[in-house]
Amino acid sequence: MTDSPSRATPPAASPSVDRAGLVIAFLLAALAAVLVWDASRLPAGAMYGVGPGAMPIVVAVGLGLLAIGNLIDALRGGLPPRESTDPKPVLLILAGLALLIAIIAFGGGFILATSALFVATSAAFGRRAILKDAAIAIVLTTLIYLAFDKLLTLSLPAGPLERLL
Amino acid sequence: MIETFAALAHGMAVALQPMNLLYALIGVFLGTAVGVLPGIGPALTVALLLPVTYKLDPGGSLIMFAGIYYGGMYGGSTTAILINTPGESASMATALEGNKMAKAGRGGPALATAAIGSFVAGTIATIGLAFLAPWLVDVAVKFGPEDYFALMCVAFITVSATFGDSPIRGLTSLFIGLTLGLVGIDKLTGQARLAFGIPELLDGVEVTTLAVGLFAVGEALYVASRRHHTEEKLEPVRGSLWMTKEDWKRSWKAWLRGTMFGFPIGALPAGGAEIPTFLAYSTEKRLTKHPEEFGKGAIEGVAGPEAANNASAAGTLVPLLTLGLPTSATAAMMLAGFQQYGLNPGPLLFAERPDLVWGLIASLFIANAMLLVLNLPLVGLWVRLLAIPQPWLYAGILVFATMGTIAAKPSVVELSMLAGFGVLGFLMRRYDFPIAPVVVGLILGPIAESQLRRALAISLGDPMTLLQSPISATLLAIALIALVAPFVLKGLGRFKANED
Repeated sequence: MTDSPSRATPPAASPSVDRAGLVIAFLLAALAAVLVWDASRLPAGAMYGVGPGAMPIVVAVGLGLLAIGNLIDALRGGLPPRESTDPKPVLLILAGLALLIAIIAFGGGFILATSALFVATSAAFGRRAILKDAAIAIVLTTLIYLAFDKLLTLSLPAGPLERLL
Repeated sequence: MIETFAALAHGMAVALQPMNLLYALIGVFLGTAVGVLPGIGPALTVALLLPVTYKLDPGGSLIMFAGIYYGGMYGGSTTAILINTPGESASMATALEGNKMAKAGRGGPALATAAIGSFVAGTIATIGLAFLAPWLVDVAVKFGPEDYFALMCVAFITVSATFGDSPIRGLTSLFIGLTLGLVGIDKLTGQARLAFGIPELLDGVEVTTLAVGLFAVGEALYVASRRHHTEEKLEPVRGSLWMTKEDWKRSWKAWLRGTMFGFPIGALPAGGAEIPTFLAYSTEKRLTKHPEEFGKGAIEGVAGPEAANNASAAGTLVPLLTLGLPTSATAAMMLAGFQQYGLNPGPLLFAERPDLVWGLIASLFIANAMLLVLNLPLVGLWVRLLAIPQPWLYAGILVFATMGTIAAKPSVVELSMLAGFGVLGFLMRRYDFPIAPVVVGLILGPIAESQLRRALAISLGDPMTLLQSPISATLLAIALIALVAPFVLKGLGRFKANED
């Protein structure tokens, strides 16, 4: 989405098999298989028209065809060129999300949970001032909590910090 | 004709109530503030701000939505001009010339022509919407379930396959969305599908969770993963904000031409504003008296695409309001906004809740006018928002993104789904799969299925019913052509690549 328009130019280099494309094709085929398996457990045949199992089969057939299409693209090396990526920040943000889920699940409350995510994300984007960011995060999320929980009466999960407010 | 005026006048009376004016103002302000943040397009703006409207009544909430919608669009063009990171592909054409103008110290006039052009185009297109909608509603009431199903097939194909870079990848995105749409209890028989025994999945996949995960979390992961590539440079707004007489002379025709491209293409279920914006751009490039300026910051190159972008945004509301058919990610989010109140846009809504529909249409005029008055004077504020350091910006976006889910359903399953959709969005961006078809597939898939099953139930299971109705047969033929065309005419979507 944010890519520059230049990404649309296909590579002129000699085609080679695209490994990621093979994985994508495989995953689509697997998804189709899951759909068929799930639909097979549904009671077959409605009294009139089609039952709940028909649409999953249609979608599964579509996914199967697309798996083949993606496979052909991958074998031709027809996928658009990709830039190298750095996995570390991605993992850091995902760790932040996992922490957020854990804090919410164990009743730590909105402020602590989103503050953890805030600090993890800002670290993923290269900030190293963790204490300062934590302070900013707590102030920001407390303000959000007050605005949404008290003003807009949205119910956000409360933990130890929220009960002080 | 006269009925339209009466309905519109009634809508104005609704929209001009002080509380509703306030909602529109808040919507415009929030929409611009969020839309201006780099990497956030109008669809995500609407998705992020959906929770804000949870507790309002439907009328006020939809009016706020109108403001958020146009505000988000306007904010996106500001970002495109000042830092050349269009939040969505529809702003790409604006960024081409607009950013060059900003670099040449003409950021002020670029922002002004975008703002005034958006106003002109938005107003004309909203008038078009007001007059086209009742007519289409008359057509739509004659539609049977098989016709609706065929219409949705057209939308599926055009949104995903016809105009993208690769029909295979577009259709793949669509089918991922359709798969997600299957999750949950089947409404007709009460059977659970793809729930794997997890109670939270019985309600199905929440549209906002999907959209926020794909757009916000996915975008944050993607930008973080390639931080070492990008270097964003914020162009300061130097010099006068005002357009010179020459600028006006060069802009006004471009605004009108952009509107002519934007509204009809947006109103057809053809998906997205990319096509009209690039058509507007290439038309201006061809017609200009200053061809030497193109590529270096030609004002027509901003005025035309911006007008086309806004006009097509109003155009997509035509199928959305009259047929309940979203043809862009943003329209899909608007539909989610309706659905949170159990409202289904379509001919029935026009008949049952005219105050709501016409209040919304009238608010579009008001939101447009507010944006014109607010945005140029406040441009300093928006520029300051753009200058938020990237770590805090994305940290804040993620806090907001998770807040919506935490407020709606604070369960481990729902939050894990949000994170999972984030990873999906990241991978789709990395491997160049379009995102919008997933959202459209999720929201339209179940509707299309129930229409098809209703049609087949009426015909006692005879699939020929789809071809016996002339409307449905025609629409299915169009869908087939739209599906085959990109494979036959390789490179229908290629003109995007040729523009730069």
